Amino acid sequence: MFLILSWRNIWRNKKRTIIVAASVFFAVVLSAIMRSGQLGSYEYMIESSTKMFTGYLQIQDNDYWDKKSLDNSFVMENSFLENVKGKKHITHVTPRLEAFALISSDTITRVAQVVGIHPEYEDELTEISSHLKQGVFLNQNSQGILIGASLAGFLNVAVGDTLTLYGVGYHGTTAAALLPVQGILKMPFKSMDNAMTFIALPKAQEIFSCEKHITSLPVMIDNIANINKVRDALQSELDSTQVIMSWNEMMPDLEQSIEVDNIGGIISLGVLYIVIAFGIFGTIMMMVSERAREFAVLIAVGMRKSRLIIVTALESVILSFLGVITGIIASIPIVQYLVYHPIYMGDEYAEMYESFGIEPIMKFSAQPWIFTSQALTVLIIALITIIYPILYIRKMNIAKQIRG
Amino acid sequence: MALIEIKNLNKIYNTIAVPVHAVKDVNLLIDKGEFTAVVGPSGSGKTTLLNIIGGLDKPTDGQVIIDGRDITKLSDSKMVDYRLKNIGFVFQSYNLIPVLTARENIEFIMLLQGENKQKRDERATELLKAVGLGDRIDTRPAMLSGGQQQRVAVARALASKPSFVLADEPTANLDSASAESLLDMMEELNKKYDMTFIFSTHDSRVMKRARRIITLVDGKIADDKKS
Repeated sequence: MFLILSWRNIWRNKKRTIIVAASVFFAVVLSAIMRSGQLGSYEYMIESSTKMFTGYLQIQDNDYWDKKSLDNSFVMENSFLENVKGKKHITHVTPRLEAFALISSDTITRVAQVVGIHPEYEDELTEISSHLKQGVFLNQNSQGILIGASLAGFLNVAVGDTLTLYGVGYHGTTAAALLPVQGILKMPFKSMDNAMTFIALPKAQEIFSCEKHITSLPVMIDNIANINKVRDALQSELDSTQVIMSWNEMMPDLEQSIEVDNIGGIISLGVLYIVIAFGIFGTIMMMVSERAREFAVLIAVGMRKSRLIIVTALESVILSFLGVITGIIASIPIVQYLVYHPIYMGDEYAEMYESFGIEPIMKFSAQPWIFTSQALTVLIIALITIIYPILYIRKMNIAKQIRG
Repeated sequence: MALIEIKNLNKIYNTIAVPVHAVKDVNLLIDKGEFTAVVGPSGSGKTTLLNIIGGLDKPTDGQVIIDGRDITKLSDSKMVDYRLKNIGFVFQSYNLIPVLTARENIEFIMLLQGENKQKRDERATELLKAVGLGDRIDTRPAMLSGGQQQRVAVARALASKPSFVLADEPTANLDSASAESLLDMMEELNKKYDMTFIFSTHDSRVMKRARRIITLVDGKIADDKKS
């Protein structure tokens, strides 16, 4: 009956209840969409960047991160690769041998990033073959090179032409080769399109005189939440010369940018909820002052103050949850729609997104906790607002209130 | 032994400017089954006296002994429980819970006492029939007349099977017919169940029915007549 009493009390003033519930409703819908957009974009930024560049985790030689030189590469046996691939939660691994070299055609020379890749594994992870505009993709036995379209333009080469590669190999050896252009890639970002080249890993190891060596082994996992478990599992596979780095260690700018944006989002939500809190608080204050005599009568006829506080608290909680539950019900289909129909960002944001190497789209996340956290926030607000009736009821002078 | 024994009761409201001595040296015995009216002009201390007897207010000094127990010594929370089990209240403005029906208003008291649903339903229905509202059981207070609301209030006061009922100006807001009808009903309950009623009033209709009239003037008992 206490619940009935609370429920009916809420509906004593229908208009007021509807206004408060509606304000909570819109706050929940707005905050769920905002939060979903933010978190979805972060997930997308991290996933895209890790997929394209680093992997969630990366195995390297101890010194490679500080000095990116072939001298800090490490030997990767096939058995090691298979062991890593077989670990739980790991979805992809792709060995890479990365170096810089001069690439020439006729009288034109450019500095290029040369990446030796395992074509099959690399394509599984980065879908690099989808960027191929001309020519054929690599296989493990390929002797040719894939180059970015802009770089091909600078060098004035087409598929079938031959490029001269000249650089420094393992331990200062000379790395030199004539490589036929096997394909031209239209990379999604200018910086990559201007400088990236890919050759098959065995060919790269041969050119740079480092048989079986790789500079990094990016690892993708099924869910970012499992990153620590995977890291621990991989640790046992490494010797003392190797280290595992995580995406946020390798891309601190991305992590920092997400953190700053996240704080901004939380502050916006905080402001929204403070406004809502005052709305609920004002309503509760009015409800209490309107019913001061009724409270006194209830205590006079034998209702303990603690029970009266529970009834009043229930009113605040029910009132808030009317808005929360309807808000969550309304926001789920909206967020689901946005998950499948991401918003393409305007030029203003395109540059920022591109600086992280990802497409300028705002993705949304439908993680359940986005919705439950709204419910929890409003519940906390409701619980804070009941401090007033608690204090009021505790200090109430019954005889005075009954007299009016 | 008297049901209620009041000894040397004083109540002083310490208003900032001037202390107000609302009840002065009141000594009183009230027996079970009495139908007593406390009368006097406005400000004579009737309501204060009733509030102290009902444990709604604490005296400045003195004792209120009910069934041998000094209730002025009880803590606030124990006093609430004591009121729930022993005292029925009828207020001038009825003070029913507006969102509950007549039956639910009565059941509410029994719910606080921990009675089960079946018992609550049975007793609420029985009490509403006893006060002549058997056909308005599921009606909310706003749909009842003042007289009917006050009848529900009386039924509510009796719901907990109290030792006595305190009624503060119960007829003040009622027309003559409703007031007479309410008093008939209270008198009948008093006689039928030997229920003690204590009224504060300046309504002559109540005074005519009361078998004992205690007159307060300036917080003191000026007269105490039994008929």
